[in-house]
Amino acid sequence: MNQLISTSPLSLPSRAPVAATEATVSTFGHDPWWLILGKVVAVFVFLVLITLFLIWAERRIVARMQQRLGPNRTGPFGLGQGLADGIKLALKEEIIPAMADKPVYFIAPIVATIPAFLAFAVIPVGGVVSIFGHVTALQVTDLPVAVLFILACSSFGVYGIVLGGWASGSTYPLLGALRSAAQVISYEVSLALALVPIFLYAGSLSTSEIVAAQNRFWFVFLVPSFVIYMVSAVGETNRAPFDLPEAEGELVGGFHTEYSSLKFALFFLAEYINMTTVSAVATTLFLGGWHAPFLLSRVPVLNSGWFGLVWFTLKLLTVLFGFIWLRGTLPRLRYDQFMRLGWKLLIPASLVWLLLVAAMRTLVVEDVNLRRNLVPVGIVFVVLLLLVSFWPSSKKPDRDGEGEDGHPEIAVGNRAFPVPVLPGEQTDPTLAPREVTRA
Amino acid sequence: MGHVYMPILVLFVLAAAFAVGSVTAAGFTGPKRYNRAKVDAYECGIEATPQPVGTAHFPVKYYLTAMLFIVFDIEIIFLYPWAVTFSKLGFFGLVEMVLFIGTVFVAYAYVWRRGGLQWD
Repeated sequence: MNQLISTSPLSLPSRAPVAATEATVSTFGHDPWWLILGKVVAVFVFLVLITLFLIWAERRIVARMQQRLGPNRTGPFGLGQGLADGIKLALKEEIIPAMADKPVYFIAPIVATIPAFLAFAVIPVGGVVSIFGHVTALQVTDLPVAVLFILACSSFGVYGIVLGGWASGSTYPLLGALRSAAQVISYEVSLALALVPIFLYAGSLSTSEIVAAQNRFWFVFLVPSFVIYMVSAVGETNRAPFDLPEAEGELVGGFHTEYSSLKFALFFLAEYINMTTVSAVATTLFLGGWHAPFLLSRVPVLNSGWFGLVWFTLKLLTVLFGFIWLRGTLPRLRYDQFMRLGWKLLIPASLVWLLLVAAMRTLVVEDVNLRRNLVPVGIVFVVLLLLVSFWPSSKKPDRDGEGEDGHPEIAVGNRAFPVPVLPGEQTDPTLAPREVTRA
Repeated sequence: MGHVYMPILVLFVLAAAFAVGSVTAAGFTGPKRYNRAKVDAYECGIEATPQPVGTAHFPVKYYLTAMLFIVFDIEIIFLYPWAVTFSKLGFFGLVEMVLFIGTVFVAYAYVWRRGGLQWD
């Protein structure tokens, strides 16, 4: 299996010979136990620390965007804010709602946290290095199906949210959990579809081999894929402007309304780790992973080994800043707008783009050099996407009682979803036949 | 081969220990002051409607979304191996995939036309 993947003739025509510092799947699985333990603990600590840092960074950056100072009392620049929040939460009273389904209520935060940590195991944070004379890659492990593993972990995490909302025995958490489930599965589709063009180029699902394939140029040149991935990733992690499962204005706190103390902290931790993971995936699959940016990659020392850690962290933080920037800038979408964006724009767009890339790749494989044309095609595609999404609706303001797509806005009574006509209820005769044919 | 999954298992154990430890510790670290209002379901201050777990109703749209998701998820499962072996399949692979995506697209267009993607 390893042999098959690492020797398949799928490299790009112009790819440089893979350097000795690049890992493949066959690099992994030879670490002694102390190295495995060390890497695992390092990843665990890294994720906890970056969460503590993000809590601080988010509040400071959003504060700056709103002409405020943000937390600046705990430690230098207020850097201790994340830790202080954690300790505060630990010392809060644990409240278990009387109506809660106790076992599930306790299991939910655990189910949300574990997959969040697991997904990071297959992220390459650096090249091949030597630790105490043992040659190994700066990555916990790699699988021939690493990207599938990440997707599996990210969808598994939603079980924690759904179970937590369901087990609380309260209305707001249940609604938040349902929204979250629908949201994650809707955006999972476009997210997964946006990654397919990368596999067309890299010829592998292994993260280290995808990074190695970006030796010459980054896959971010597949612009529409990158845009669709980033939009879907924001939806997938329930972040603003797609934070509908925890929309404070309508659902109080969403799925974690009834959670307090350290159980609430675990949900919080899981959300921030998930955000870190999708950013790390964006870095790995689109932004060249741990490779040095632009001209610096020409210097062999800067583009290998431990230096990878620096580039990886810088790229990761840049993407994370984008997440915080979005939160500071955009208002929350309405749920129907959000679902429409996912199902009616992102999914067909990613399918069409995928076919375009596949057609281009076929031409390249059949020895027609059109690779350079892919960038203009991609830019035209993005412009078209933006045009479609912001095209002003030609409809006049609603006066005829119909919604945008010609559906009756208020079919029978004043209801949000279909209910049979109750005895003695008045129906509008002009709307009734239309509802029969369309519903 | 099993060796590659070993570190994931170790990370799982570490993460599980941390999560279980936190959930357990929460019962000991905080104060305990009983108050009947605290354990009620939160409903913005009004007297909460008793609603035992599993009795709530929610719109049927969520089921529809889940079913549509399965269709596309299956499509993705077929797309991934195809993408990995793409250059070996060549022109044949492209035609096959155009046919497959086209078929799923017909179902997609049908659902769209029937209002299955309309949230309200």
